[in-house]
Amino acid sequence: MATGFEHLLRELAPQVLGAMMRRFGDFAAAEDAVQEALLAAALQWPSDGVPDNPRGWLIHVAARRMTDQLRSDFARRQREAFLFLYDVGGEAVEPAAEEAEQDDTLILLFMCCHPALTTSSAIALTLRAIGGLGTGEIASAFLVPEATMAQRISRAKQSIRNSGVPFELPGEDERSARLTAVLHVLYLIFNEGHTSSNGAELHRTELCDEAIRLVRTLHGQLPREAEIAGLLALMLLTHARRDARTDAGGGLVPLAQQDRSRWDHDAIAEGIALISATLPRGAVGPYQLQAAIAAVHDEATSAEDTDWPQIHALYGVLMRLSDNPVIALNRAVATAMVHGPRAGLAELDALAADARLAGHHRLDAVRAHLLERAGEREAAIACYLAAAGRTASEPERNYLATQAARLGESQARPGATPMSIPTPPVRRHR
Amino acid sequence: MKYMLMMHAPKEGWTTAGIGTWPPQDIQAHIAFMLDFNRKLQASGEFVDAQGLAGPEEAKSVRARKDGTPDTDGPFAESKEFLAGFWILDVEDSARAYQIAAQISAAPGKGGVPLNMPIEIRQVMSAPPAEL
Repeated sequence: MATGFEHLLRELAPQVLGAMMRRFGDFAAAEDAVQEALLAAALQWPSDGVPDNPRGWLIHVAARRMTDQLRSDFARRQREAFLFLYDVGGEAVEPAAEEAEQDDTLILLFMCCHPALTTSSAIALTLRAIGGLGTGEIASAFLVPEATMAQRISRAKQSIRNSGVPFELPGEDERSARLTAVLHVLYLIFNEGHTSSNGAELHRTELCDEAIRLVRTLHGQLPREAEIAGLLALMLLTHARRDARTDAGGGLVPLAQQDRSRWDHDAIAEGIALISATLPRGAVGPYQLQAAIAAVHDEATSAEDTDWPQIHALYGVLMRLSDNPVIALNRAVATAMVHGPRAGLAELDALAADARLAGHHRLDAVRAHLLERAGEREAAIACYLAAAGRTASEPERNYLATQAARLGESQARPGATPMSIPTPPVRRHR
Repeated sequence: MKYMLMMHAPKEGWTTAGIGTWPPQDIQAHIAFMLDFNRKLQASGEFVDAQGLAGPEEAKSVRARKDGTPDTDGPFAESKEFLAGFWILDVEDSARAYQIAAQISAAPGKGGVPLNMPIEIRQVMSAPPAEL
């Protein structure tokens, strides 16, 4: 057993090194990474068994080591990203001064998130060029074939070259709009990762980590931009809840029922400190306000202790800054928590006329929740089912359908009382 | 956003007006259109999967018997339409999915006349859930 296993490693080592070379091009670093992968195999395989695809396993581990190493070597990675984007190949690039290299990252970010690109292209290009993720990793995170992702990245590079955008920071006049586009792309990368529902869990958490890392870099370079700080705080405060957000079976756990001891309290402390330092400086924007709302949730030691009047007030300010009807939907929830479910439902009635929310599952989901709190079980069941039929998220559909089923069961039992907060299904006794 | 595009073909006429009754050059033109179409979707970075399905003549419906063994039924002469093939695409928005569906719908048929087949579009459940 042991000999066959060693033979396998010897046979695979050069193949893995070749794969690392093709991907990263740095022989010395690739060799180190392959050695570490072989060591990991020697330690793990005897107890865990040889994986089904040992070569893939080794390549994956080695690539992770390489990526970690590249991350710690900031300047080199920036040069690689530059080379990648411009296909300069092996041409020597003048080692730039520290400052110029930092500018390069910023310029690359502005380029990859250029408004000329579709958002999906901008996301892919940003992860590839600045995040340093492999095309295969990005493809698996977005559950598309690698060839499709390669094509998407190649087209995005082409569009940037064709657009003739110079390799420099945008001028004052367009800087604010371009920064908004960058933050939007980073926000979308985070959002895509902020679900552990779809099989490729590992890669999806990586997307969150990557988005946070990129916003942190951006914040380090432009510390006075309050919305960058706001977005970083928002991500930290949201990502802090990731472990409590799903149950063992992958089902969604709503905020009110999450086990708060499972929240990442270091991330919460960092996020709160950041948003507290940023908000008083003026120029309040949507990311800062959303971070402030997340901070109020994260500060509460229990769902009952949540400072809903403050959340309600923050949504009010947010609504004045943004015309997004989903914000108004969220405020209706806060209204219900402060002034009771009827007040929240009255706000929903006013919102239902908004064409942008027509057929939106969130409208039905919020209405179902408030109807349940108001004790209208029949109507709540109908709205939970309507919302379940409209959502494009499988875990959310399962959650909403379970809410409808739970209410149906409690209704069938004589004397059951309406529950104000969703609780697990009650087994019916016969 | 991912969408599944399903191409339904009318079962009636499959033997009297189906692809096998077209002139060979029309069949060739139809196949070339589909191949070229898939190549374009691959090049645009939107392609996830596409498959054509074998004809409905051998279609079966299976249910488990009480002991768990398969109980096969069919083919079903009475159904009006059958699923001829599908695409799964990852596109920017629903408008783009509709645009692609319209192009597939207009695939050339007999004499090069657009078929205008009905293409059913369904969103694949891959959206991130909202914070509840």
